[in-house]
Amino acid sequence: METTRLIIVAVGGQGNLLASKVLGEAALLSGVPVRMSEIHGMAQRGGVVESAIVFGDAKSTIISDGEANVLVGFEPSETLRALNKCSADTTVITNMAPLPPFTVAIGRGTYPDLGQAQDLIKAKTKRLIAFDAVDLATTAGSVMSVNIVLLGALIQTGILPVSKTNVEETIRTKTKKAFVEANLKAFDLGYSAAANA
Amino acid sequence: MHKLLTDSPGEKMLLLGNEAIARGAIEAGVAFATTYPGTPSSEISLNLFQVSHESDLYFEYSTNEKVALEVAAAAANSGVRTFCMMKHVGLNVAADPLMTLAYVGVNAGMVILTADDPSMFSSQNEQDNRYYGKLSGLPILEPSSVEEARQMTAEAFDLSERLGEPVILRTTTRINHSSAFVELGKLTSRKTKGDFKKDPFNLVTVPAVSRRLHVKLLENWDKAQALAESSGYNFTDGTGAWGIICNGVSYGYVSDAVKELGIADKVRVLRLGFSYPLPPKLIKTFLKGCDKVLVVEEGEPVMEEAVKAFAQEAGLTLPIAGKGEGLFSRLYEYDPAMVRRVMAGFFGVPHTESQPPDLSDVPEIPQRPPNLCAGCSHRATFYAVKKAAEGEETIYPTDIGCYTLGFLPPLAMGDFLICMGSSVSTACGFSKATDKKVISFIGDSTFFHSGLTGLVNAVYNNHNFTLVILDNGTTAMTGHQPNPGVDMSNFNLSGYGHVSIEAVVRAIGVEHVTVIKPYKVKKSIEAVKAALDHKGVSVIISQEMCTLYARGLNQLKVRAFTVTDKCKNHRDCINQIACPAFYLDGERVQINPNTCVGCAVCAQICPENAITPVKAKQAG
Repeated sequence: METTRLIIVAVGGQGNLLASKVLGEAALLSGVPVRMSEIHGMAQRGGVVESAIVFGDAKSTIISDGEANVLVGFEPSETLRALNKCSADTTVITNMAPLPPFTVAIGRGTYPDLGQAQDLIKAKTKRLIAFDAVDLATTAGSVMSVNIVLLGALIQTGILPVSKTNVEETIRTKTKKAFVEANLKAFDLGYSAAANA
Repeated sequence: MHKLLTDSPGEKMLLLGNEAIARGAIEAGVAFATTYPGTPSSEISLNLFQVSHESDLYFEYSTNEKVALEVAAAAANSGVRTFCMMKHVGLNVAADPLMTLAYVGVNAGMVILTADDPSMFSSQNEQDNRYYGKLSGLPILEPSSVEEARQMTAEAFDLSERLGEPVILRTTTRINHSSAFVELGKLTSRKTKGDFKKDPFNLVTVPAVSRRLHVKLLENWDKAQALAESSGYNFTDGTGAWGIICNGVSYGYVSDAVKELGIADKVRVLRLGFSYPLPPKLIKTFLKGCDKVLVVEEGEPVMEEAVKAFAQEAGLTLPIAGKGEGLFSRLYEYDPAMVRRVMAGFFGVPHTESQPPDLSDVPEIPQRPPNLCAGCSHRATFYAVKKAAEGEETIYPTDIGCYTLGFLPPLAMGDFLICMGSSVSTACGFSKATDKKVISFIGDSTFFHSGLTGLVNAVYNNHNFTLVILDNGTTAMTGHQPNPGVDMSNFNLSGYGHVSIEAVVRAIGVEHVTVIKPYKVKKSIEAVKAALDHKGVSVIISQEMCTLYARGLNQLKVRAFTVTDKCKNHRDCINQIACPAFYLDGERVQINPNTCVGCAVCAQICPENAITPVKAKQAG
């Protein structure tokens, strides 16, 4: 089976690890081998969380620079920071709602211009799907569902060997009961957003 | 029921490497487990801690790794299967018992896990603990995948019993923190009580006894080597003449590269999972079938040097390479593309480099370093100390915990750090060797781990510094594990003692001891000033529960603050304490009400008194 490599970057607290878990369980349902690794150094203290998910026949659990087939960014400046993982063949999906790092507030950096960020990503990769996932998550009923909105967009691209039905089934069985309804709606909204992008 | 107690062999479960290791130990019937938490090993013990609440597994968070290993050594010498886990640098702390426990041995399976951290994702060094095998003479097993980690952990107990000595299980971060579907094995019942049989002439390591025990250790080493020769964990893929010898996660990168380079018919790969003592016959036979050999191992050239020595013994002159220019580095972790590139270069195979985009036109992206949480009491303490020491030339030795982050600007409270507990002992040295004011910082758990002995030294040798003990009631950085100063009723657990830091510090003989509540800014500054004026050793105990931990216990009473129109944009709040609840809205400072916990420290330092609690109706 061909190998598909996915990088997810997020800020601590954005639910990156749950998104990875949902994809992992959905891959099992789809009969696809999957391995993942995560660097969650001090995620609860505002750091960056990076997950690498490798679908198909591979033994490595990490993804080298230039080798991600898909990059999903939960925060626009983090998406931009992770561009080293991409190549001209990479599809990039990003939330556009910024969470400026604290260094910006104390004057130790300037948050990148969002328009310029999109242009740069478009120029350097195969395709960019960018939208405000916080807005869609809020519409779905829970701002916590940003991760699931982005999963919806990711599945719509059809790049992963994991079916929509299996992800929805996993959301039903593996996410918290109180959030299942909002999560399924969030997944749908993300799916449509990518379809219309 | 805890998921790791699931009794359904054959079921596939998505597990973190550390969960797979814990599961492997449970499947082996581990009955006794000890640890001091440390990333990347912490989730192993966290899971066993949870399992111990639902089963007859004995688990303890020991005060440090040396204690953990000694507690475990006694259990394993009483016939109980024992697991002792720690991060790589923890084994330095436990090295003393390790070296002689290797002589004494065990009479029930004992596995010592060391979680190495190549690239130092969360460590102060990237030492290669495979050297502890060579140093102690104990066997080492190294898994290459999450699935194998489960199986290897379980079988390590059998190996330990077969040899009558502890087995070292060595992982790296990419095993501990990777996830995969793991097929569960059978659960075995635990034997929770054993017996200790007196045998002082084999168990009391006076010189006459140890001289014999060292002979026994070397005999065991021969036995272990023979087992490594036939171990299923040392296997060969392929029959080509290009040899590759690898271990751990490198095996995965090598396997993927072999496929991607299309050289499966040309290579033969020797994966060494039972990696100490290395099997000479197996390796020599392997070398004889090769034209040239590449050794792929993260860290130090441990296998490479051994393989070259074996080649010399066998009179083989084929090229053997590993570390070096254009080859592999002793620095940092490897990745699949790097391994593929070096393999292609070494064997002269064409390959396409991966093509990351040219990022030279991407503007600099602001860093997102981990930060002390909003309302973190450490920030308040650092501020109080900084204010109290204003005008003095200071040295701030710091220690290992969340508060290490205080070394970042604008707090910039941290000048020297080498290892757990070093804040106290290095303060002794700095205060004698310089005339500067020395103020050191240590957390509650780290104080119990290895700060105590340094403080005894300071009192005994009459040093002159102030030690600030940051008591946030938990071991926060590694995931809120308990420590001897923690009230265990917070975990709904009974049967634990409680050690008062203040009582200990006073009992040691520190004359000037003050307990402060760091959210009370003025009082705290005054208390620190008084401590700094004291000649000799003074101790400040700064008590305030970790906000993350308090939130988890539903004990956090949040009362968010807001910046009112009185603000004249001095920005003392942002520039001096830099709480992440602040953000800039244009040129105005604002407080995120969802992040603010209401510690009120900023409100106390604002020169305009412009920061006030959010009114109840506004807070909703």
